[in-house]
Amino acid sequence: MSLDVDIRHRLGALDLRATFDAPEGVTALFGRSGAGKTSIANAVAGLLRPNAGRIVLNGRVLFDHADRIRVPVHRRRIGYVFQDARLFPHLSVRANLLYGATNDRDLDRIAEMLGITDLLTRRPQNLSGGEQARVGIGRALLSSPDLLVMDEPLASLDRDRKDEILPYLERLRDEAGMPILYVSHSVEEVARLATTLVLLDAGQVVRAGPAAALFSDPDLVPIFGPRTAGSVLAGRIAAQHADGLTEVSVSGGALLLPGMPGTPGAPVRVRIEAQDVMIALSRPRDISALNVLPVIVNALHPGQGPGVMVQLRSGSDLMLARVTRRSAEALALAPGTPCFAVLKSVSVARRDVGRG
Amino acid sequence: MTTLLGPQEWAAVGLSLKVAMVATLVSLPLAVGVALLLARGRFVGREALNVVVHLPLVLPPVVVGYVLLITLSPVAPLGQGLAALGVVFAFRWTGAALAAGIMGFPLMVRAIRLAIEAVDPRLEDAAATLGASRLRIFATITLPLILPGVLAGSVLGFAKAMGEFGATITFVSNIPGETRTLPSAIYAFLQQPGGEGAALRLVTVSIIVATVALIASEALARRMARRVRG
Repeated sequence: MSLDVDIRHRLGALDLRATFDAPEGVTALFGRSGAGKTSIANAVAGLLRPNAGRIVLNGRVLFDHADRIRVPVHRRRIGYVFQDARLFPHLSVRANLLYGATNDRDLDRIAEMLGITDLLTRRPQNLSGGEQARVGIGRALLSSPDLLVMDEPLASLDRDRKDEILPYLERLRDEAGMPILYVSHSVEEVARLATTLVLLDAGQVVRAGPAAALFSDPDLVPIFGPRTAGSVLAGRIAAQHADGLTEVSVSGGALLLPGMPGTPGAPVRVRIEAQDVMIALSRPRDISALNVLPVIVNALHPGQGPGVMVQLRSGSDLMLARVTRRSAEALALAPGTPCFAVLKSVSVARRDVGRG
Repeated sequence: MTTLLGPQEWAAVGLSLKVAMVATLVSLPLAVGVALLLARGRFVGREALNVVVHLPLVLPPVVVGYVLLITLSPVAPLGQGLAALGVVFAFRWTGAALAAGIMGFPLMVRAIRLAIEAVDPRLEDAAATLGASRLRIFATITLPLILPGVLAGSVLGFAKAMGEFGATITFVSNIPGETRTLPSAIYAFLQQPGGEGAALRLVTVSIIVATVALIASEALARRMARRVRG
Protein backbone atom coordinates (compact mmCIF):
# COMPACT_ATOMS: atom_id res chain seq x y z
CA MET A 1 0.00 0.00 0.00
CA SER A 2 1.74 3.13 -1.14
CA LEU A 3 1.46 6.21 -3.26
CA ASP A 4 4.31 7.34 -5.49
CA VAL A 5 4.17 10.91 -6.73
CA ASP A 6 6.57 12.53 -9.17
CA ILE A 7 5.00 15.53 -10.83
CA ARG A 8 5.86 18.91 -12.27
CA HIS A 9 3.35 21.64 -12.78
CA ARG A 10 3.44 25.33 -13.55
CA LEU A 11 0.72 27.25 -11.75
CA GLY A 12 1.01 30.99 -12.18
CA ALA A 13 4.19 32.01 -10.37
CA LEU A 14 4.45 28.64 -8.64
CA ASP A 15 6.79 26.06 -10.13
CA LEU A 16 5.65 22.82 -8.57
CA ARG A 17 8.13 19.94 -8.51
CA ALA A 18 7.05 17.24 -6.15
CA THR A 19 8.60 13.82 -5.77
CA PHE A 20 7.76 11.70 -2.75
CA ASP A 21 6.43 8.34 -1.60
CA ALA A 22 3.57 7.99 0.82
CA PRO A 23 3.70 4.67 2.67
CA GLU A 24 0.93 3.35 4.90
CA GLY A 25 -0.29 5.61 7.66
CA VAL A 26 -0.75 9.36 7.43
CA THR A 27 1.53 11.25 5.08
CA ALA A 28 1.26 14.96 5.78
CA LEU A 29 1.98 17.54 3.10
CA PHE A 30 3.13 20.42 5.25
CA GLY A 31 3.98 23.95 4.20
CA ARG A 32 2.83 27.53 4.13
CA SER A 33 -0.25 28.45 2.13
CA GLY A 34 0.71 28.77 -1.49
CA ALA A 35 3.42 26.13 -1.19
CA GLY A 36 1.54 23.87 -3.59
CA LYS A 37 0.03 21.39 -1.12
CA THR A 38 -3.51 21.47 -2.46
CA SER A 39 -2.28 21.35 -6.04
CA ILE A 40 -0.50 18.09 -5.26
CA ALA A 41 -3.61 16.70 -3.58
CA ASN A 42 -5.71 17.70 -6.58
CA ALA A 43 -3.25 16.14 -8.99
CA VAL A 44 -3.39 12.87 -7.04
CA ALA A 45 -7.20 12.93 -7.05
CA GLY A 46 -7.30 13.84 -10.73
CA LEU A 47 -8.84 17.28 -10.28
CA LEU A 48 -5.69 18.88 -11.68
CA ARG A 49 -3.69 17.63 -14.64
CA PRO A 50 0.04 18.13 -14.07
CA ASN A 51 2.23 19.31 -16.93
CA ALA A 52 4.46 16.31 -16.53
CA GLY A 53 5.22 13.35 -14.32
CA ARG A 54 3.72 10.19 -12.96
CA ILE A 55 1.40 9.15 -10.14
CA VAL A 56 1.13 5.52 -9.04
CA LEU A 57 -1.16 4.18 -6.32
CA ASN A 58 -0.54 0.64 -5.08
CA GLY A 59 1.11 -0.22 -8.39
CA ARG A 60 -1.79 1.20 -10.41
CA VAL A 61 -0.72 4.02 -12.72
CA LEU A 62 -3.16 6.91 -12.27
CA PHE A 63 -1.26 9.42 -14.33
CA ASP A 64 1.68 9.19 -16.67
CA HIS A 65 2.37 12.13 -18.89
CA ALA A 66 4.85 10.29 -21.12
CA ASP A 67 2.52 7.31 -21.63
CA ARG A 68 -0.55 9.55 -21.94
CA ILE A 69 -2.30 7.79 -19.09
CA ARG A 70 -4.84 9.78 -17.15
CA VAL A 71 -7.37 7.81 -15.15
CA PRO A 72 -10.54 9.92 -14.80
CA VAL A 73 -11.39 11.23 -11.34
CA HIS A 74 -14.31 8.90 -10.78
CA ARG A 75 -12.25 5.79 -11.54
CA ARG A 76 -9.31 6.61 -9.23
CA ARG A 77 -10.91 5.29 -6.05
CA ILE A 78 -9.53 8.19 -4.04
CA GLY A 79 -11.73 9.62 -1.32
CA TYR A 80 -11.34 13.37 -0.97
CA VAL A 81 -12.21 15.31 2.16
CA PHE A 82 -12.42 18.97 1.23
CA GLN A 83 -11.68 21.89 3.49
CA ASP A 84 -15.20 23.21 2.91
CA ALA A 85 -16.86 19.76 3.25
CA ARG A 86 -18.79 20.29 -0.01
CA LEU A 87 -21.85 18.37 1.12
CA PHE A 88 -24.63 18.15 -1.45
CA PRO A 89 -27.22 20.69 -0.29
CA HIS A 90 -30.23 18.93 -1.81
CA LEU A 91 -29.53 15.59 -0.15
CA SER A 92 -29.96 14.45 3.44
CA VAL A 93 -26.91 13.56 5.54
CA ARG A 94 -27.70 9.89 4.96
CA ALA A 95 -27.91 10.35 1.17
CA ASN A 96 -24.68 12.36 1.25
CA LEU A 97 -22.92 9.60 3.17
CA LEU A 98 -24.12 6.91 0.78
CA TYR A 99 -23.51 8.87 -2.42
CA GLY A 100 -20.32 7.01 -3.26
CA ALA A 101 -21.15 3.76 -1.45
CA THR A 102 -22.20 0.57 -3.17
CA ASN A 103 -24.32 -0.48 -0.19
CA ASP A 104 -25.19 0.70 3.29
CA ARG A 105 -23.46 -2.13 5.18
CA ASP A 106 -20.81 0.10 6.70
CA LEU A 107 -23.05 3.11 7.26
CA ASP A 108 -23.87 2.41 10.89
CA ARG A 109 -20.29 1.57 11.86
CA ILE A 110 -18.77 4.66 10.26
CA ALA A 111 -21.56 6.96 11.44
CA GLU A 112 -20.91 5.65 14.93
CA MET A 113 -17.15 6.12 14.66
CA LEU A 114 -17.66 9.74 13.57
CA GLY A 115 -20.44 10.42 16.05
CA ILE A 116 -23.00 11.41 13.40
CA THR A 117 -25.60 8.70 13.91
CA ASP A 118 -28.16 11.21 15.16
CA LEU A 119 -27.72 13.48 12.15
CA LEU A 120 -28.66 11.06 9.37
CA THR A 121 -32.05 12.57 8.55
CA ARG A 122 -30.85 16.17 8.75
CA ARG A 123 -29.98 18.51 5.90
CA PRO A 124 -26.36 19.68 5.53
CA GLN A 125 -27.41 23.33 5.99
CA ASN A 126 -28.65 22.54 9.49
CA LEU A 127 -25.31 21.13 10.66
CA SER A 128 -22.53 22.91 12.53
CA GLY A 129 -19.14 23.27 10.86
CA GLY A 130 -17.70 20.39 12.86
CA GLU A 131 -20.64 18.15 12.01
CA GLN A 132 -20.33 19.00 8.33
CA ALA A 133 -16.63 18.16 8.44
CA ARG A 134 -17.36 14.75 9.99
CA VAL A 135 -20.07 13.99 7.42
CA GLY A 136 -17.58 14.90 4.68
CA ILE A 137 -15.07 12.46 6.16
CA GLY A 138 -17.72 9.74 6.45
CA ARG A 139 -18.87 10.29 2.89
CA ALA A 140 -15.34 9.83 1.57
CA LEU A 141 -14.76 6.77 3.77
CA LEU A 142 -17.98 5.07 2.67
CA SER A 143 -16.89 5.20 -0.97
CA SER A 144 -14.29 2.57 0.11
CA PRO A 145 -11.34 4.37 -1.44
CA ASP A 146 -7.82 3.02 -1.86
CA LEU A 147 -6.46 6.31 -0.55
CA LEU A 148 -7.96 9.11 1.48
CA VAL A 149 -6.94 12.67 0.58
CA MET A 150 -7.72 15.27 3.23
CA ASP A 151 -7.17 18.91 2.30
CA GLU A 152 -7.02 20.96 5.49
CA PRO A 153 -10.19 19.32 6.80
CA LEU A 154 -9.94 21.28 10.06
CA ALA A 155 -8.69 24.64 8.80
CA SER A 156 -12.08 26.33 8.73
CA LEU A 157 -13.00 25.14 12.22
CA ASP A 158 -12.45 26.78 15.56
CA ARG A 159 -10.27 25.34 18.30
CA ASP A 160 -12.97 23.37 20.06
CA ARG A 161 -14.23 21.81 16.84
CA LYS A 162 -10.66 20.85 15.92
CA ASP A 163 -10.13 19.18 19.28
CA GLU A 164 -13.45 17.42 18.75
CA ILE A 165 -12.46 15.95 15.37
CA LEU A 166 -8.76 15.15 15.86
CA PRO A 167 -9.49 11.99 17.89
CA TYR A 168 -11.70 10.72 15.05
CA LEU A 169 -8.86 11.27 12.60
CA GLU A 170 -6.50 9.36 14.91
CA ARG A 171 -8.94 6.47 15.01
CA LEU A 172 -9.14 6.62 11.25
CA ARG A 173 -5.38 6.41 10.96
CA ASP A 174 -5.19 3.47 13.37
CA GLU A 175 -8.31 1.56 12.34
CA ALA A 176 -9.29 2.27 8.76
CA GLY A 177 -6.18 0.65 7.31
CA MET A 178 -5.95 2.90 4.26
CA PRO A 179 -3.18 5.36 3.52
CA ILE A 180 -4.07 9.00 4.09
CA LEU A 181 -2.60 12.01 2.35
CA TYR A 182 -3.13 14.88 4.76
CA VAL A 183 -2.66 18.49 3.66
CA SER A 184 -2.08 20.96 6.46
CA HIS A 185 -0.22 24.05 7.52
CA SER A 186 -0.84 23.41 11.22
CA VAL A 187 2.11 22.00 13.18
CA GLU A 188 -0.22 20.75 15.90
CA GLU A 189 -2.41 18.74 13.55
CA VAL A 190 0.53 17.27 11.74
CA ALA A 191 2.29 16.40 15.01
CA ARG A 192 -0.79 14.56 16.20
CA LEU A 193 -1.49 12.69 12.99
CA ALA A 194 1.45 12.30 10.66
CA THR A 195 3.57 9.19 10.41
CA THR A 196 5.40 10.53 7.35
CA LEU A 197 6.11 14.17 6.59
CA VAL A 198 6.62 15.87 3.25
CA LEU A 199 7.79 19.45 3.79
CA LEU A 200 7.01 21.82 0.95
CA ASP A 201 8.26 25.30 0.28
CA ALA A 202 7.40 27.30 -2.86
CA GLY A 203 6.43 24.18 -4.75
CA GLN A 204 9.55 22.20 -3.87
CA VAL A 205 9.90 19.26 -1.51
CA VAL A 206 12.36 20.45 1.14
CA ARG A 207 12.49 17.17 3.06
CA ALA A 208 10.47 14.01 3.30
CA GLY A 209 10.73 11.23 5.85
CA PRO A 210 9.42 9.76 9.11
CA ALA A 211 7.58 12.44 11.09
CA ALA A 212 9.38 11.97 14.42
CA ALA A 213 12.81 12.36 12.82
CA LEU A 214 11.86 15.50 10.93
CA PHE A 215 10.22 17.14 13.94
CA SER A 216 13.40 16.77 15.98
CA ASP A 217 15.68 18.07 13.22
CA PRO A 218 16.94 21.55 14.15
CA ASP A 219 17.67 22.33 10.49
CA LEU A 220 13.94 22.26 9.81
CA VAL A 221 12.96 24.64 12.59
CA PRO A 222 12.62 27.58 10.17
CA ILE A 223 9.90 25.64 8.36
CA PHE A 224 7.89 24.78 11.45
CA GLY A 225 8.57 28.17 13.01
CA PRO A 226 10.73 28.62 16.14
CA ARG A 227 7.71 29.18 18.37
CA THR A 228 5.85 26.08 17.26
CA ALA A 229 8.82 23.80 16.61
CA GLY A 230 8.93 20.79 18.87
CA SER A 231 9.65 17.11 18.95
CA VAL A 232 7.16 14.29 19.02
CA LEU A 233 7.92 11.43 21.39
CA ALA A 234 6.27 8.06 21.16
CA GLY A 235 5.42 6.40 24.44
CA ARG A 236 2.94 4.32 26.37
CA ILE A 237 0.72 5.12 29.28
CA ALA A 238 2.46 3.71 32.36
CA ALA A 239 0.02 4.62 35.11
CA GLN A 240 -2.88 6.87 36.01
CA HIS A 241 -2.13 8.68 39.25
CA ALA A 242 -4.71 9.55 41.86
CA ASP A 243 -3.85 13.27 41.72
CA GLY A 244 -5.00 13.48 38.09
CA LEU A 245 -1.62 13.08 36.41
CA THR A 246 -0.88 10.47 33.79
CA GLU A 247 2.52 8.82 33.71
CA VAL A 248 3.85 8.10 30.24
CA SER A 249 6.95 6.03 29.67
CA VAL A 250 9.19 7.15 26.83
CA SER A 251 12.52 5.71 25.76
CA GLY A 252 14.48 8.14 27.94
CA GLY A 253 12.46 7.77 31.12
CA ALA A 254 8.99 8.67 32.37
CA LEU A 255 6.95 11.82 31.92
CA LEU A 256 4.21 13.05 34.23
CA LEU A 257 1.60 14.77 32.13
CA PRO A 258 -1.83 16.27 32.71
CA GLY A 259 -4.44 13.55 32.92
CA MET A 260 -5.52 11.91 29.72
CA PRO A 261 -7.82 8.95 29.17
CA GLY A 262 -6.27 5.60 28.38
CA THR A 263 -5.41 2.35 30.07
CA PRO A 264 -1.83 1.44 30.97
CA GLY A 265 -0.03 0.17 27.90
CA ALA A 266 -1.97 2.32 25.45
CA PRO A 267 0.36 3.96 22.90
CA VAL A 268 0.47 7.75 22.89
CA ARG A 269 2.47 10.42 21.14
CA VAL A 270 3.45 13.55 23.01
CA ARG A 271 4.43 16.78 21.36
CA ILE A 272 6.90 18.77 23.37
CA GLU A 273 7.47 22.29 22.15
CA ALA A 274 11.11 23.33 22.05
CA GLN A 275 10.43 26.54 23.95
CA ASP A 276 8.96 24.60 26.90
CA VAL A 277 12.16 22.63 27.55
CA MET A 278 14.80 23.96 29.97
CA ILE A 279 18.33 22.61 30.19
CA ALA A 280 20.25 22.07 33.44
CA LEU A 281 23.77 20.73 33.87
CA SER A 282 22.99 19.06 37.19
CA ARG A 283 19.72 17.45 38.25
CA PRO A 284 17.72 20.33 39.67
CA ARG A 285 16.34 19.95 43.17
CA ASP A 286 13.57 21.85 44.90
CA ILE A 287 11.97 22.78 41.61
CA SER A 288 8.29 22.67 40.70
CA ALA A 289 8.82 21.08 37.28
CA LEU A 290 7.97 17.38 37.57
CA ASN A 291 9.85 16.06 34.56
CA VAL A 292 13.63 15.82 34.54
CA LEU A 293 15.07 13.57 31.87
CA PRO A 294 18.77 12.77 31.58
CA VAL A 295 19.85 13.70 28.07
CA ILE A 296 22.94 14.25 25.97
CA VAL A 297 23.43 17.22 23.67
CA ASN A 298 23.42 15.95 20.10
CA ALA A 299 23.71 19.17 18.12
CA LEU A 300 23.37 22.92 18.44
CA HIS A 301 21.77 25.02 15.81
CA PRO A 302 22.00 28.79 16.21
CA GLY A 303 19.04 30.75 14.91
CA GLN A 304 19.09 34.20 13.38
CA GLY A 305 18.12 35.93 16.61
CA PRO A 306 19.39 35.42 20.15
CA GLY A 307 18.11 31.83 20.27
CA VAL A 308 19.78 28.48 19.87
CA MET A 309 17.98 25.25 19.02
CA VAL A 310 19.55 22.40 20.99
CA GLN A 311 18.93 18.84 19.87
CA LEU A 312 19.01 16.43 22.79
CA ARG A 313 19.21 12.67 22.81
CA SER A 314 16.88 11.07 25.31
CA GLY A 315 17.04 7.30 25.16
CA SER A 316 16.41 6.46 21.54
CA ASP A 317 14.47 9.69 20.95
CA LEU A 318 15.65 13.09 19.87
CA MET A 319 14.08 16.19 21.31
CA LEU A 320 14.51 19.90 20.84
CA ALA A 321 15.08 22.65 23.38
CA ARG A 322 15.08 26.32 22.51
CA VAL A 323 17.34 28.40 24.75
CA THR A 324 19.17 31.68 24.39
CA ARG A 325 22.67 31.78 22.99
CA ARG A 326 23.76 33.37 26.27
CA SER A 327 22.53 30.35 28.24
CA ALA A 328 24.09 27.92 25.82
CA GLU A 329 27.44 29.68 26.27
CA ALA A 330 27.09 29.97 30.05
CA LEU A 331 26.45 26.22 30.29
CA ALA A 332 29.16 25.54 27.68
CA LEU A 333 26.78 23.27 25.79
CA ALA A 334 28.46 21.27 23.05
CA PRO A 335 27.73 17.99 21.31
CA GLY A 336 28.26 15.23 23.85
CA THR A 337 27.53 17.34 26.92
CA PRO A 338 25.46 15.30 29.40
CA CYS A 339 22.70 17.38 30.95
CA PHE A 340 19.06 17.31 32.06
CA ALA A 341 15.97 18.36 30.15
CA VAL A 342 13.41 19.97 32.44
CA LEU A 343 9.76 20.10 31.43
CA LYS A 344 6.76 21.44 33.32
CA SER A 345 3.87 19.01 33.18
CA VAL A 346 1.36 21.76 32.58
CA SER A 347 3.19 23.08 29.55
CA VAL A 348 2.08 19.97 27.69
CA ALA A 349 -1.52 20.64 26.77
CA ARG A 350 -4.12 17.96 26.44
CA ARG A 351 -4.21 18.63 22.70
CA ASP A 352 -0.49 17.95 22.43
CA VAL A 353 -1.05 14.34 23.37
CA GLY A 354 -2.59 11.96 20.89
CA ARG A 355 -3.01 8.29 20.23
CA GLY A 356 0.30 6.68 19.35
CA MET B 1 -68.09 26.45 -18.94
CA THR B 2 -69.09 25.45 -22.47
CA THR B 3 -71.58 28.25 -22.51
CA LEU B 4 -68.94 30.83 -21.76
CA LEU B 5 -67.03 30.23 -24.98
CA GLY B 6 -68.22 29.27 -28.44
CA PRO B 7 -66.93 26.10 -30.13
CA GLN B 8 -64.49 28.09 -32.27
CA GLU B 9 -63.14 29.82 -29.20
CA TRP B 10 -62.76 26.53 -27.35
CA ALA B 11 -60.93 25.11 -30.32
CA ALA B 12 -58.50 28.03 -30.31
CA VAL B 13 -57.85 27.73 -26.55
CA GLY B 14 -57.39 23.96 -26.76
CA LEU B 15 -55.09 24.25 -29.75
CA SER B 16 -52.99 26.93 -28.09
CA LEU B 17 -52.56 24.84 -24.96
CA LYS B 18 -51.57 21.81 -27.06
CA VAL B 19 -49.17 23.84 -29.22
CA ALA B 20 -47.54 25.53 -26.23
CA MET B 21 -47.29 22.27 -24.27
CA VAL B 22 -45.68 20.38 -27.15
CA ALA B 23 -43.39 23.29 -28.02
CA THR B 24 -42.18 23.54 -24.40
CA LEU B 25 -41.76 19.83 -23.72
CA VAL B 26 -39.96 19.11 -26.99
CA SER B 27 -37.59 22.07 -26.77
CA LEU B 28 -36.85 21.64 -23.05
CA PRO B 29 -34.17 18.91 -23.32
CA LEU B 30 -32.59 20.77 -26.21
CA ALA B 31 -32.64 24.01 -24.22
CA VAL B 32 -30.94 22.28 -21.26
CA GLY B 33 -28.29 20.89 -23.62
CA VAL B 34 -27.63 24.23 -25.30
CA ALA B 35 -27.58 26.02 -21.93
CA LEU B 36 -24.98 23.50 -20.70
CA LEU B 37 -22.87 24.07 -23.81
CA LEU B 38 -23.06 27.84 -23.41
CA ALA B 39 -22.41 27.79 -19.66
CA ARG B 40 -19.71 25.14 -19.49
CA GLY B 41 -18.50 24.43 -23.01
CA ARG B 42 -15.13 25.64 -24.22
CA PHE B 43 -15.27 25.28 -27.99
CA VAL B 44 -14.81 27.29 -31.13
CA GLY B 45 -18.11 28.75 -32.25
CA ARG B 46 -19.59 29.14 -28.78
CA GLU B 47 -20.27 32.81 -29.45
CA ALA B 48 -21.82 31.94 -32.81
CA LEU B 49 -24.14 29.44 -31.11
CA ASN B 50 -25.02 32.08 -28.54
CA VAL B 51 -25.97 34.53 -31.30
CA VAL B 52 -28.04 31.99 -33.23
CA VAL B 53 -29.93 30.98 -30.08
CA HIS B 54 -30.74 34.58 -29.27
CA LEU B 55 -31.70 35.66 -32.81
CA PRO B 56 -35.43 34.86 -32.42
CA LEU B 57 -35.48 37.18 -29.42
CA VAL B 58 -34.40 40.20 -31.45
CA LEU B 59 -35.60 39.43 -34.99
CA PRO B 60 -39.09 40.54 -36.00
CA PRO B 61 -41.22 37.37 -35.53
CA VAL B 62 -42.46 37.68 -39.09
CA VAL B 63 -38.88 37.18 -40.28
CA VAL B 64 -38.57 33.95 -38.30
CA GLY B 65 -41.89 32.78 -39.71
CA TYR B 66 -40.86 33.62 -43.25
CA VAL B 67 -37.51 31.83 -42.91
CA LEU B 68 -39.37 28.76 -41.63
CA LEU B 69 -41.79 29.04 -44.55
CA ILE B 70 -39.15 29.17 -47.26
CA THR B 71 -37.11 26.35 -45.71
CA LEU B 72 -39.87 23.97 -44.64
CA SER B 73 -42.65 24.60 -47.17
CA PRO B 74 -43.68 21.58 -49.28
CA VAL B 75 -41.83 23.02 -52.28
CA ALA B 76 -38.53 23.69 -50.45
CA PRO B 77 -35.92 20.89 -50.59
CA LEU B 78 -35.76 20.49 -46.79
CA GLY B 79 -39.55 20.52 -46.56
CA GLN B 80 -39.77 17.87 -49.30
CA GLY B 81 -37.16 15.71 -47.60
CA LEU B 82 -38.99 15.86 -44.27
CA ALA B 83 -42.32 15.21 -46.01
CA ALA B 84 -40.84 12.04 -47.48
CA LEU B 85 -40.17 10.96 -43.88
CA GLY B 86 -43.76 11.81 -42.99
CA VAL B 87 -42.91 15.01 -41.12
CA VAL B 88 -44.87 18.03 -42.32
CA PHE B 89 -44.78 21.41 -40.61
CA ALA B 90 -46.22 23.88 -43.10
CA PHE B 91 -49.84 24.80 -42.39
CA ARG B 92 -50.14 22.16 -39.66
CA TRP B 93 -50.42 22.55 -35.89
CA THR B 94 -46.98 20.93 -35.64
CA GLY B 95 -45.66 23.93 -37.57
CA ALA B 96 -47.32 26.23 -35.07
CA ALA B 97 -45.57 24.27 -32.28
CA LEU B 98 -42.24 24.56 -34.10
CA ALA B 99 -42.60 28.32 -34.56
CA ALA B 100 -43.69 28.77 -30.95
CA GLY B 101 -40.83 26.57 -29.73
CA ILE B 102 -38.23 28.52 -31.66
CA MET B 103 -39.55 31.86 -30.42
CA GLY B 104 -39.55 30.69 -26.79
CA PHE B 105 -36.20 28.90 -27.02
CA PRO B 106 -33.90 31.85 -26.13
CA LEU B 107 -35.95 32.60 -23.03
CA MET B 108 -35.66 29.01 -21.83
CA VAL B 109 -31.94 28.83 -22.56
CA ARG B 110 -31.25 32.08 -20.73
CA ALA B 111 -33.06 31.03 -17.57
CA ILE B 112 -31.48 27.56 -17.52
CA ARG B 113 -28.01 28.91 -18.29
CA LEU B 114 -28.20 31.29 -15.33
CA ALA B 115 -29.15 28.37 -13.09
CA ILE B 116 -26.25 26.26 -14.38
CA GLU B 117 -23.78 29.06 -13.81
CA ALA B 118 -25.00 29.31 -10.22
CA VAL B 119 -24.12 25.65 -9.53
CA ASP B 120 -20.82 25.31 -7.68
CA PRO B 121 -18.66 23.13 -9.94
CA ARG B 122 -16.74 22.03 -6.84
CA LEU B 123 -19.80 20.04 -5.81
CA GLU B 124 -19.53 18.19 -9.11
CA ASP B 125 -15.82 17.60 -8.45
CA ALA B 126 -16.75 16.16 -5.07
CA ALA B 127 -19.25 13.82 -6.72
CA ALA B 128 -16.57 12.69 -9.18
CA THR B 129 -14.17 11.80 -6.34
CA LEU B 130 -16.98 9.65 -4.95
CA GLY B 131 -16.97 7.61 -8.14
CA ALA B 132 -19.81 9.25 -10.06
CA SER B 133 -19.56 9.36 -13.86
CA ARG B 134 -20.36 12.60 -15.67
CA LEU B 135 -23.82 11.34 -16.54
CA ARG B 136 -24.55 10.40 -12.94
CA ILE B 137 -23.20 13.73 -11.71
CA PHE B 138 -25.54 15.53 -14.09
CA ALA B 139 -28.56 13.45 -13.11
CA THR B 140 -27.98 13.48 -9.34
CA ILE B 141 -26.24 16.78 -8.63
CA THR B 142 -26.48 19.30 -11.47
CA LEU B 143 -30.05 18.66 -12.58
CA PRO B 144 -31.62 18.74 -9.10
CA LEU B 145 -29.74 21.95 -8.32
CA ILE B 146 -30.85 23.71 -11.54
CA LEU B 147 -34.43 22.46 -11.37
CA PRO B 148 -35.85 25.81 -10.20
CA GLY B 149 -34.16 27.50 -13.18
CA VAL B 150 -35.40 24.82 -15.56
CA LEU B 151 -38.90 25.35 -14.26
CA ALA B 152 -38.64 29.11 -14.61
CA GLY B 153 -37.38 28.71 -18.16
CA SER B 154 -40.19 26.32 -19.00
CA VAL B 155 -42.84 28.71 -17.73
CA LEU B 156 -41.31 31.56 -19.73
CA GLY B 157 -41.14 29.35 -22.82
CA PHE B 158 -44.70 28.17 -22.31
CA ALA B 159 -45.99 31.72 -21.91
CA LYS B 160 -44.10 32.84 -24.98
CA ALA B 161 -45.49 29.87 -26.94
CA MET B 162 -49.05 30.66 -25.81
CA GLY B 163 -48.67 34.23 -27.04
CA GLU B 164 -46.68 33.62 -30.23
CA PHE B 165 -48.39 35.29 -33.16
CA GLY B 166 -46.15 36.77 -35.87
CA ALA B 167 -43.99 33.77 -36.73
CA THR B 168 -46.95 31.40 -36.40
CA ILE B 169 -49.32 33.24 -38.70
CA THR B 170 -46.56 33.77 -41.28
CA PHE B 171 -45.44 30.14 -41.27
CA VAL B 172 -48.66 28.17 -40.82
CA SER B 173 -51.34 30.79 -41.56
CA ASN B 174 -54.57 30.97 -39.58
CA ILE B 175 -56.57 27.80 -40.31
CA PRO B 176 -59.44 27.22 -37.86
CA GLY B 177 -58.99 23.98 -35.95
CA GLU B 178 -55.47 23.40 -37.31
CA THR B 179 -53.32 26.48 -36.79
CA ARG B 180 -55.69 29.09 -35.35
CA THR B 181 -54.12 29.52 -31.93
CA LEU B 182 -55.44 31.88 -29.30
CA PRO B 183 -53.66 35.03 -30.56
CA SER B 184 -54.51 34.17 -34.16
CA ALA B 185 -58.15 33.71 -33.18
CA ILE B 186 -58.24 37.05 -31.37
CA TYR B 187 -56.76 38.66 -34.45
CA ALA B 188 -59.31 36.91 -36.70
CA PHE B 189 -62.26 37.89 -34.52
CA LEU B 190 -61.09 41.48 -34.55
CA GLN B 191 -61.16 41.41 -38.35
CA GLN B 192 -64.85 40.29 -38.32
CA PRO B 193 -67.68 42.73 -37.75
CA GLY B 194 -69.27 41.86 -34.40
CA GLY B 195 -66.33 39.75 -33.33
CA GLU B 196 -65.29 42.00 -30.45
CA GLY B 197 -67.25 39.96 -27.88
CA ALA B 198 -65.46 36.74 -28.80
CA ALA B 199 -62.12 38.55 -28.93
CA LEU B 200 -62.69 39.96 -25.46
CA ARG B 201 -63.58 36.52 -24.05
CA LEU B 202 -60.36 35.09 -25.49
CA VAL B 203 -58.37 37.99 -24.09
CA THR B 204 -59.82 37.16 -20.67
CA VAL B 205 -58.85 33.51 -21.09
CA SER B 206 -55.32 34.56 -22.04
CA ILE B 207 -54.99 36.64 -18.92
CA ILE B 208 -56.33 33.86 -16.71
CA VAL B 209 -54.03 31.22 -18.21
CA ALA B 210 -50.99 33.48 -17.91
CA THR B 211 -51.81 34.42 -14.32
CA VAL B 212 -52.40 30.83 -13.22
CA ALA B 213 -49.16 29.72 -14.90
CA LEU B 214 -47.14 32.43 -13.18
CA ILE B 215 -48.61 31.78 -9.73
CA ALA B 216 -48.16 28.03 -10.07
CA SER B 217 -44.57 28.35 -11.24
CA GLU B 218 -43.71 30.78 -8.45
CA ALA B 219 -45.10 28.40 -5.87
CA LEU B 220 -43.32 25.42 -7.42
CA ALA B 221 -40.04 27.31 -7.70
CA ARG B 222 -40.24 28.31 -4.04
CA ARG B 223 -40.84 24.72 -2.99
CA MET B 224 -37.95 23.49 -5.11
CA ALA B 225 -35.61 26.19 -3.92
CA ARG B 226 -36.42 25.24 -0.33
CA ARG B 227 -35.73 21.61 -1.13
CA VAL B 228 -32.42 22.48 -2.77
CA ARG B 229 -31.20 24.89 -0.10
CA GLY B 230 -32.70 22.90 2.73
